[in-house]
Amino acid sequence: MAAVSADRPTYRSRPMLGWIAEHAVAVGLGLLFVLPFVFVFLTSVMSDQQTLTKDLWPQTWQWHNYVDVWHTGGFATWWRNTILYATLGTALTLVSSIPVAYALAHFRFRGRKLAMMVVVATMMLPPQVVIVPMYLFWAKELHLSGTLWPLIIPLAFGDAFSIFLLRQFLLTVPREYIEAARIDGCSDLGAMLRIVLPLSRPAIVAVGLFQFFYLWNDYFGPQIYTSENPGAWTLSYGLASFKSAHHTNWNLTMAATLLVMAPVIAVFFLAQKAFIEGVTLTGVKG
Amino acid sequence: MSRPARPARHTLRNLAFLSPWLVGTGLFFLYPLVATAYLSFTHYDGFTAPTWTGLRNWSYVVHHYPFFWPAMRNTLWLVIVIVTLRLLFGLAVGMLVIRLKRGGGFFRTLYYAPYLAPPVAGTIAFVFLLNPGTGAVNTVLGRLGLPQPGWFNDPAWSKPSLTLLALWCIGDLMVIFMASLLDVPRDLYEAADLDGAGAFARFRFVTLPFIQPILVFAAVTGVIAMMQYYTEPQVAGQVASGQIIGSGTQTEPGYPDGSTLTLPQLVYNLGFQRFDVGAACVIALVLFAFSMVFAALLMRRGSGFLAED
Repeated sequence: MAAVSADRPTYRSRPMLGWIAEHAVAVGLGLLFVLPFVFVFLTSVMSDQQTLTKDLWPQTWQWHNYVDVWHTGGFATWWRNTILYATLGTALTLVSSIPVAYALAHFRFRGRKLAMMVVVATMMLPPQVVIVPMYLFWAKELHLSGTLWPLIIPLAFGDAFSIFLLRQFLLTVPREYIEAARIDGCSDLGAMLRIVLPLSRPAIVAVGLFQFFYLWNDYFGPQIYTSENPGAWTLSYGLASFKSAHHTNWNLTMAATLLVMAPVIAVFFLAQKAFIEGVTLTGVKG
Repeated sequence: MSRPARPARHTLRNLAFLSPWLVGTGLFFLYPLVATAYLSFTHYDGFTAPTWTGLRNWSYVVHHYPFFWPAMRNTLWLVIVIVTLRLLFGLAVGMLVIRLKRGGGFFRTLYYAPYLAPPVAGTIAFVFLLNPGTGAVNTVLGRLGLPQPGWFNDPAWSKPSLTLLALWCIGDLMVIFMASLLDVPRDLYEAADLDGAGAFARFRFVTLPFIQPILVFAAVTGVIAMMQYYTEPQVAGQVASGQIIGSGTQTEPGYPDGSTLTLPQLVYNLGFQRFDVGAACVIALVLFAFSMVFAALLMRRGSGFLAED
């Protein structure tokens, strides 16, 4: 009896201990992930002088730092430019990439495999590989440097990563649906618009979000094409110049940093499910 | 009569659907690729007409350009350390989250969020937090009586600092590993339990073989990401050194001491700061060759990546 009663608590407490250990690790890790955001926030409401001290907690809560940020540099302009770049760019990407992805997923033609390989190759290509001739083309031939157009216009011609992801998803749309629509007299375009697109809405949302975030975060493109004209800067590029170019203090820089992060994180919380489903689309099925 | 007509109609239809991409690939991939190859054999400052110089740029980059080999060495370091640690950490975090019986969704969201932080914003935040003198991290380390490294301002610590930043942004790997881990058939684990397998044996003989394709995928795409690694080291170097960004000023790249130089930064340095277009194109081709080797690895037969039906 004694042995049994001594055994029982250990038998029951082992999963309990495991549960506590796992959750303790999860909470600890969560703190590590969140602390950078917390310190950035705390710094963003400090006074100029305090940011240069070792104090971690604000002595005064200067909420007006967030107002000051708007009047520093071209912050409001960068917002406008970024919203234009990200929304127009995402819309053009989807319109141009969906038909290509549909054709690669459901049409049979010679060179289909080669086309897929070119899509993957361009998707893996660092943008720096072709940037020199591209810059010369946009700047010297078309005189469009100093604007975001050299970054927006190419998106009307399909984006490799978006084509790839959409095609992976469109492969899962049963061919029978499309054939049935064709038999009912739908054209290829009609079958795509009326049957395939509604079925693929989650994938299209995910790809659209990915592209929106990619463009919102893009640093290299705006650096190459807009550095000469601050009126065309985006948030990511402007933010990198914020600290030094405007002799701005760390508190304002951190407020700006948080303001650049905020919309992205907010959109994520709103569209989390679509997003995470999209990430798993990028992986191969084991 | 209608038989020969069908393929022709299909060809037209295929071309119509593919046309945006065909034009785009020609204009924004094939043409600039050929132009890059051509320019790599010329002397060109971007203003006067290019003149043919044969292999002079190639020899300059390999033998005299001071940043080429440091960038190659850094890339090797980053590929080995960042890719490996991200795989291990991503797998560990993924396994932790799927084991959590309470709050799994909450923690998944929490761990995923930093991945979405714009890289420029995340980098500036890290440079500030890791400021050697007054940064929060060294303040805490100091209070605990621990050594306080120079982080982004010390050549020995700048790449480890970038590694910390890359581990903070683990969300993408966590999510694809979680999806793969949840796909492991339950009965395989039950069979392993019946055979008396411990936790390690279960991982080694059930989980690992099953998720191996995803691990390979993550490793290869991780290497490709390191070939493109630009924003974080560029912004970290400039912010940590206090250099002025955006005014086109000549700045020494890769602060501190070339320790954060990567190949993409060399294209920018040569092509857009030194106006040595030919040499920039040499680096671009080196990058192209590396990227295509790893892209080919991804697409090799049987990898499942192209999901041919």
